[in-house]
Amino acid sequence: MTVDPRTLRSSSSFPPHVIAEIQRAADQGLYEIRGFGAKRALPTFDDLVFLGASTSRYPLEGYREKCETKVVLGSRFAKNPIELKIPITIAGMSFGALGANAKEALGRAATAMGTTTTTGDGGMTPEERESSKTLVYQLLPSRYGMNPDDLRKADAIEVVIGQGAKPGGGGMLLGQKITERVAGMRTLPEGIDQRSACRQPDWTGPDDLEIKIHELREITGWRVPIYIKIGATRVTYDVQLAVKAGADVIVLDGMQGGTAATQDVFIEHVGIPTLPAVRQAVEALQGLDMHREVQLIVSGGIRSGADVAKALALGADAVAIGSAAMVALGCNKPVFEEDYRALGTEPGCCHHCHTGRCPVGITTQDPELEQRLPPDHGARLVRNYLSTMVLELQTLARACGKSHVHNLEPEDLAALTIEAAAMAGVPLAGTHWVPGR
Amino acid sequence: MARLDLAEMSLREVNGELQALEAGVNDLDWRVANPQGAHAVAVGLTAPIRLTIEGHVGFYCGGMNQNAEIKVEGHAGPGLAENMMSGSVRVAGNASQMAGATGHGGLLVVEGDTSSRCGISMKGIDIVVKGSVGHMSAFMAQKGHLVVCGDAGRDLGDSIYEAILFIRGKVESLGADCVEKDMAPAHREVLAGLLAEAGVDADPSEFRRYGSARKLYNFNIDHADQY
Amino acid sequence: MCGIVGLYLKDDALQPELGRRLTSMLIEMTDRGPDSAGFAVYRNGAPQGWSKLTLYHPEPTYDWDALGQGLAAALETECDGVRRASHFVLMTAASAEAARRWIGEHDGDVRVMSVGEAIEIYKETGLPKEVAARFGLETISGTHAIGHTRLATESAVTTEHSHPFSTGRDLCLVHNGSLSNHNRLRAWLRRRGVEIQTDNDSEVAAGYLTYRLREGASLEEALEAAIKDLDGFFTFAVGTRNGFAVVRDPIACKHAVLAETDQWVAMATEYRAIAKLPGAEAARIWEPVPGEIYSWERTGMNAGETH
Repeated sequence: MTVDPRTLRSSSSFPPHVIAEIQRAADQGLYEIRGFGAKRALPTFDDLVFLGASTSRYPLEGYREKCETKVVLGSRFAKNPIELKIPITIAGMSFGALGANAKEALGRAATAMGTTTTTGDGGMTPEERESSKTLVYQLLPSRYGMNPDDLRKADAIEVVIGQGAKPGGGGMLLGQKITERVAGMRTLPEGIDQRSACRQPDWTGPDDLEIKIHELREITGWRVPIYIKIGATRVTYDVQLAVKAGADVIVLDGMQGGTAATQDVFIEHVGIPTLPAVRQAVEALQGLDMHREVQLIVSGGIRSGADVAKALALGADAVAIGSAAMVALGCNKPVFEEDYRALGTEPGCCHHCHTGRCPVGITTQDPELEQRLPPDHGARLVRNYLSTMVLELQTLARACGKSHVHNLEPEDLAALTIEAAAMAGVPLAGTHWVPGR
Repeated sequence: MARLDLAEMSLREVNGELQALEAGVNDLDWRVANPQGAHAVAVGLTAPIRLTIEGHVGFYCGGMNQNAEIKVEGHAGPGLAENMMSGSVRVAGNASQMAGATGHGGLLVVEGDTSSRCGISMKGIDIVVKGSVGHMSAFMAQKGHLVVCGDAGRDLGDSIYEAILFIRGKVESLGADCVEKDMAPAHREVLAGLLAEAGVDADPSEFRRYGSARKLYNFNIDHADQY
Repeated sequence: MCGIVGLYLKDDALQPELGRRLTSMLIEMTDRGPDSAGFAVYRNGAPQGWSKLTLYHPEPTYDWDALGQGLAAALETECDGVRRASHFVLMTAASAEAARRWIGEHDGDVRVMSVGEAIEIYKETGLPKEVAARFGLETISGTHAIGHTRLATESAVTTEHSHPFSTGRDLCLVHNGSLSNHNRLRAWLRRRGVEIQTDNDSEVAAGYLTYRLREGASLEEALEAAIKDLDGFFTFAVGTRNGFAVVRDPIACKHAVLAETDQWVAMATEYRAIAKLPGAEAARIWEPVPGEIYSWERTGMNAGETH
């Protein structure tokens, strides 16, 4: 019997990928673990547009008329705040999740562009400290590799309460990526599946966090800025509490934020998008009269200079990129396609960081695969990408008449959808209407 | 012998002076007076000095210690000797929660009791407690030894990796994947060494050994109820 | 998140010092509670058959005398009162319920902070040092007190959101921690007639105890039920007519230190609040075991001591 295609109707509640997932669960008895960030459609910065120059607002000429991009982070308490040449940093990603070549490439690119990289759940490698001129050192629940020598070598310390991909979840690294070197750094047996704590081991709550931050400052002589990183959930309270606990900088990671491995349910169903998170964070800072005093770095789905510009317009001091930096390095590039297929995926759909078999040599510990990403080549790719984003940012800022990117403001924006208007606190285009106000 | 008085000096001044000491410093004996429960006393030390703290301390005393031998003549608050790398910390009284948390090396000796989460996430530190430890001790303990002459509270060694636990008294309950293991002569020798180093007079043969059953090392559906 | 302190005097000779000692304990807890502060002191027992109410009005020049006179006239009873800043301690021979009802009808902006025979609750936004000074805590005498310094987590910083929360006659609660199921509990309690004014999770805990006690549970039973029904992290100190009680949830991440000498029993989130009490150097110091209820009365310490 021939199938009449007109009668074929798949279910929206049970589309093919949901059917496949249920059957996989029935087969394996374990939640799906994967890398990358939330894949579902969300209200994002795409739903905001800039109001460029007009009869009442005048643009700046490119090149001659400067549009400054410098940002200072950590001016509140630290003796040595961090000066960024560009308002784009590289987010925390672990050695272990990423291979050494990828970390080195990111470090070199950041150094060339005058910005920072951040360590991750595995601790600080000598390669990253050497290649990255300004390095932020994370203090995570696991404390893998944490030691005072590295703490004193760091240019800033980032206390991680959560990340956008999994607010409430700890780090995860599967056995195939726990090589001898990774195991040594993390004090774990080789080849096991790393179980990680989701809460910090020696403090719980903002009242105790204040004491912990104080200890970190005492160990480092009050020299370096202390960041607090949160996944976007109860943003208003979290920002208020981070300020009260003594943070110099707040890093806010929206639900689009990526990971190298965690449960799919976490990635897709926990946390709020970056778009409303930014606004809530900025309003919380303004409520405490701390906007620009305690700096805000926003991450989670930053992809282009337009995203950077919009985040800054909403009040962020800088942004961080994670997934986008991976993509610049080659993540999901249509090369080595048979290797994608060996993983059961295709370029453009790959989220298989957790397998350690990254076809482009980024999220792998396999030396053969790593050869596909020579560090200086990778560094050039990321550097080019960062430069492009900065030029895009400046283009938009100049069009809005700004000589410094921090002068972008919410009133430079309009929203294209009701959700984006409500979330960003920006009027729906053509109206004065901000839903919910 | 130098004495720094927290009633006269700020904590930053005291810590600054202690942190500035280097290996090869002439004066090895130091004292800190009037801690009165202050937090972060003697953190981030690197020189192999002998430091005595005259009184009770608050949180994180001896945090991230390297090489120094620190003695607390009183009780200690939460996070005592957290992330210690080497050297030693000894407490005459009790220690609160999370004593020796995430420690990589060195020796922590508590003459009294500790409360919950002693040795949480330990990564190589050796901890000897003359009294008892509270619940969730050695949670996710990766490496090192925890010796308890008294009792252990519930959920001992929950999610334990490769750390080794020696308990003399009662264990209220064991955590996920933590099991009692045999005590061979080699283990008794290690334990004897730790007790001697800690200056604790106890008979190794009265202790039992606990460690990981290693059933959670790679996910297996049949062990799902342990999660 | 917050700081809790408690001080119970075994030695009556120390009663004039209660306020001064509590002030220094509260100030030590400023870092972990800068938003607001409050305390409940037990003192000056009301005459037999009388009730003592602590009242609050946001207006600094509120005419408390007029209120007192109006109450006395309306309920045909005796009435007396003392003002401390924005609070007013009213003593009346009328029943507490009648007094509350009249006050509520007379002026809806007046808040009743506490009701009982000996309890007085004072709380306000501001640094602990300022709040203590405003109410003249240094000069207040009494038999025992609990206090609180607040770092607001999920609700606003206002006087009403501050602790202690009254949970019944001569009963009050202070809380350090964060409850995770307070919203459903709030609705459940409201349906059972418990008045809860704010979105503060701690007020729900107080309301929960109020409910259990109203339904006939002893304080011990109410706290046992609380350990089961309240989800999240908490250390509670409960002030009672003759003493206080302390309890921690079973996961016990929020700290508590107890100290005892022949002259007093003290409780605090951090030892340094206790450090400066007279005789603290030689005090017995220990931590309450999670999920156990510790209580002290004029007759001595109760259940939980053997642990």
